[in-house]
Amino acid sequence: MQLALELDVPHLFLWDPIWLKGTPFEVNRVVLLMMVGAALCIGFFLYGAAKKALVPKGARNLAETGYLFVRNNIAIDVIGPKDGPKYANYLASVFFFILFMNVLAIVPGIHFAPTSRMAIPFMLAILTWIIFNIVGLVKQGPLHYFKGTLFPPGVPKLVYILLTPIEFFSVFIVRPLTLMVRLLANMMAGHVLLTIFFLFTHDLLVKNLGPASPLGVVTLLVGTGLMMLEMLVIVMQAYIFTMLTAFYISEAVHGHGAEEHLASGEETHDSHDHVRPVTEGVAA
Amino acid sequence: MTEFALQLAQEAQTGVTDEGLKAVAHGLVYGLGAIGPGVGIGLVFSSAIQAMARQPETAGETRTTMFLGFALIEALALFGFVLAFIL
Repeated sequence: MQLALELDVPHLFLWDPIWLKGTPFEVNRVVLLMMVGAALCIGFFLYGAAKKALVPKGARNLAETGYLFVRNNIAIDVIGPKDGPKYANYLASVFFFILFMNVLAIVPGIHFAPTSRMAIPFMLAILTWIIFNIVGLVKQGPLHYFKGTLFPPGVPKLVYILLTPIEFFSVFIVRPLTLMVRLLANMMAGHVLLTIFFLFTHDLLVKNLGPASPLGVVTLLVGTGLMMLEMLVIVMQAYIFTMLTAFYISEAVHGHGAEEHLASGEETHDSHDHVRPVTEGVAA
Repeated sequence: MTEFALQLAQEAQTGVTDEGLKAVAHGLVYGLGAIGPGVGIGLVFSSAIQAMARQPETAGETRTTMFLGFALIEALALFGFVLAFIL
């Protein structure tokens, strides 16, 4: 039981620089793993796109399925069939970048997700923030965008005194903050959880073999189960980050309040059918 | 009753440290912060399951909205988690 008290959690996430020491471009294990994630992402799609064939097979099928999942199930479903495909490139990049970095958390020998440090979720959240603001400013015009965001229609005039600061706070400050914290905290929690369980296992089964050792088998089994939970979290966080990005872009494109967009759901489904043949053409 | 209060006061003079109180605060910050989101996430999923069972043909749309609500509520719980480390 002493082990948990001795465990210094922030220490789990600190790494010494190994290259370019003392400059702003210090490389430590986290930066290295981020590069690995980016390389995996680029390599996967380059390999998938390398062999051009009428009937795709192997890795190309996988790459196409992945891209089409983001394009159809996230971009088109959330943003709409007209504007959706335009943003599918960014959404797919974000999805697979986060996915490949998160997967490193359960790769044996690495066991560390670079997304569990603040820098990468911060950068991605800021990127999303910039993109949805620019989309709103360009698509709706500055006046209409800020009016629609800060003064949502259909509310009594006096309520704006209370509502406008809240809307400002929630749209321009809380959105990027929650995007960042969600990804960071999920990956951090997973890392700490796995570390604690496997440290206990090591302590009970290897270091201090004794009467309490059977407990080590339990921690080993629970730790293995948690690893599977971590697989779910990895995919889900990538999905949620991408979907929220799509949702924010959709609000910037269609104006504040998703109700209008959802109200035209019939239209969406109709045009969905128009889109289907196109996607099948891409797949074929 | 008064003896108990005296005992508490004595403990306050001797046993309780700032360090210990800090450890309690770390636990409470996350524990209390998880109550509300826990109830909220339960409500989101129960409603989504009901909606999917009643109208399976709109299950895809429901799932998208469900994850959206889930993610927005989950952020509150995670704020508590991160605060526990920052404090």
